Amino acid sequence: MSLIEKHGIIERNASLLLVGSLLVVCIGGLVEITPLFYFQNTIEKVEGMRPYSPLELAGRDIYIREGCYVCHSQMIRPFRDEVERYGNYSLAAESMYDHPFQWGSKRTGPDLARVGGRYSNEWQVQHLTDPRSVVPESIMPSYAFLAKATLDYDTIGGMLQANATVGVPYTQDMIDNASNDLIAQATPDADTSAVADRYPKAVFGDFDGDSQRITEMDALVAYLQMLGTLVDFDSYDAEANYR
Amino acid sequence: MVGAFIMSALAVDDAFRIHMGILTLILGIGVVVAMRLPAPVEGVAHSAGYMDGPVRVGSILTVFWGIIGFTVGLVAALQLAFPELNFGPWLNFGRIRPLHTSAVIFAFGGTALITTSFYVVQRTTRARLFGGDLAWFVFWGYQLFIALAATGYLLGITQSREYAEPEWYVDLWLTVVWVAYLVVFLGTLLKRKEPHIYVANWFYLAFIVTVALLHVVNNLAVPVSFFGSRSYSLFSGVQDALTQWWYGHNAVGFFLTAGFLGMMYYFLPKQAERPVYSYRLSIIHFWALIFLYIWAGPHHLHYTALPDWAQTLGMVFSIMLWMPSWGGMINGLMTLRGAWDKMRTDPIIRMMVIAVAFYGMSTFEGPVMSIKSVNALSHYTDWTIGHVHSGALGWVGMISFGAIYFLVPRLWGRERLYSLRMVNWHFWLATLGIVVYAAVMWVSGIMQGLMWREYDSQGFLVYSFAESVAAMHPYYVMRAAGGLLYLAGGLVMAFNIAMTIAGRVRTERPMPTPAQLQPAE
Repeated sequence: MSLIEKHGIIERNASLLLVGSLLVVCIGGLVEITPLFYFQNTIEKVEGMRPYSPLELAGRDIYIREGCYVCHSQMIRPFRDEVERYGNYSLAAESMYDHPFQWGSKRTGPDLARVGGRYSNEWQVQHLTDPRSVVPESIMPSYAFLAKATLDYDTIGGMLQANATVGVPYTQDMIDNASNDLIAQATPDADTSAVADRYPKAVFGDFDGDSQRITEMDALVAYLQMLGTLVDFDSYDAEANYR
Repeated sequence: MVGAFIMSALAVDDAFRIHMGILTLILGIGVVVAMRLPAPVEGVAHSAGYMDGPVRVGSILTVFWGIIGFTVGLVAALQLAFPELNFGPWLNFGRIRPLHTSAVIFAFGGTALITTSFYVVQRTTRARLFGGDLAWFVFWGYQLFIALAATGYLLGITQSREYAEPEWYVDLWLTVVWVAYLVVFLGTLLKRKEPHIYVANWFYLAFIVTVALLHVVNNLAVPVSFFGSRSYSLFSGVQDALTQWWYGHNAVGFFLTAGFLGMMYYFLPKQAERPVYSYRLSIIHFWALIFLYIWAGPHHLHYTALPDWAQTLGMVFSIMLWMPSWGGMINGLMTLRGAWDKMRTDPIIRMMVIAVAFYGMSTFEGPVMSIKSVNALSHYTDWTIGHVHSGALGWVGMISFGAIYFLVPRLWGRERLYSLRMVNWHFWLATLGIVVYAAVMWVSGIMQGLMWREYDSQGFLVYSFAESVAAMHPYYVMRAAGGLLYLAGGLVMAFNIAMTIAGRVRTERPMPTPAQLQPAE
């Protein structure tokens, strides 16, 4: 057992123990995480993915702020029951612009990866305001306060800019028009053609039924209504990337 | 303080403004208190040349944060059973839950680790803490981190990274504190008067170094503004998910396991008055544990969009991890060889032994749950929550209680604890609480998973999601009852510790004395 006896050297040298431990714990992470950035098939290219519109991004920030991820996943696993319940299993590409990811780890409530378009805006607002009035079994807290809070979008350009810094393909055009695009998406009868060009499939309208101002409720519902809607699964070819 | 005030004035969002206001207030109170405190007298404040000031304050704060963490946990449990108990926006479940997890892991667990590591490293190296008042900086700096994190959660300031929710500026502060912690700990090791570094210190050192690495990499982010709270993580989607769970699983592996193993390796042999069972086993299981743990993260992402090879690798290493985990359990339990009778007479030993037993149980359950076909059922359900709690309440909680019961009489120069009978009460309340909690979560978690995938003979899903939520109600109530028992045990401890520090001794019937054995004739 000479090897065990040699361990005495490490036990007498704190620096050696420190460096040794650090090296040993680095290996696993390096082997597992680093290749994800280099293997092309980590994220297969999929038609339809685009960055979040400014209103959706503001809504996503509220989703994060309220800790929705604590009870709702956004990751449909490839099982028969999940696909029937929630829709097509989630693709890696569908969260490629998510900084940070929102896959979640617990389903106290149902998965939300494809909740977009499943319910009307009115239903979403009613459900967020008083969950048990539409789903009696629900144990979700009330988010009525969102409809009373005016959305603070002073920093929306900076939010897009920060996302661009970490790799989301926001163009200068998108960043410059962020504030206008946000207002247009939540205002009925506004000229939305420019927003629709920049953010295809964006949902427009007065989400919370209060046309006087843009609230946090508007932003959150706009985000919920686009979740999982960008990829068209009628034309998606799951086998396109097989080798 | 002035800086925080200026940041508050320049803030671009309300949450950041309030948060910086809170920081100004905390620092202001700190300055006033520090100026009014009498200068510590050397020799009185430090017993036998050791620096025990932070250890004393830390023992009290460990108990305090424990009570806070358990109470918030009970509130969260009750909110799931009775949703009327959500008081938005500040006290909604989505903000309470991170408060609970962080209060227990970082406030209770972290304070216990810093406190015990400062005590253990001095006793096992026979050297005073390195860096003088740097140890106080580490201690109070860490408490400031806790205060900022906790108030931030309630204000809705979060990165949404589980167990790493604090935003960029709080993360930067923790990095500074943590580096100082490493300097104090390593500095003390370097000036030790013992030739060998005792095994407990290997675990503490690995815990400190690895947590630093995990914390820095997982929190890489770009802030929107230096005067605002919001930031966006450097990585996205798949890469972000794996980085987060590489961190998340090793927060368990290094914060809640390696650190507390260090605690076990000092306090269990001390309390049992027996040497550690096997020196060789401790070498093998130390290196194997820290090498294997870091690979296990992907088992949190089974069947997701993470590439299959990474999932399988995570599963294989999680199963292998069972062995070094049980190496630690065996080394702990076998340390009691020849002293098993103390289980009858010493409730503190009993507490430490049940901690090691729960450690063994949850490190067996973990590898089972990491198997992909088991995880297909268990993931997203309350089974995971039950598993975490058998580890956190059973292992982390119980070993910390044991250490606190060991430390307090020694630190305050008391002959013994106020009451050993109350330790016994604490033991049974806590154990019963964990058993109720874990059993209820097994049943409810597996039921939940089965309901989601139940098909009828015609191929239709039998249950709507809402029906599975309704079915959980009785279990949520019972789980809260288990948590209440555990909290009650914690309150008994708080009273016992307070009385011990006050110098009181309860007149009580002594615990059973060792049986007088008749020699065989």
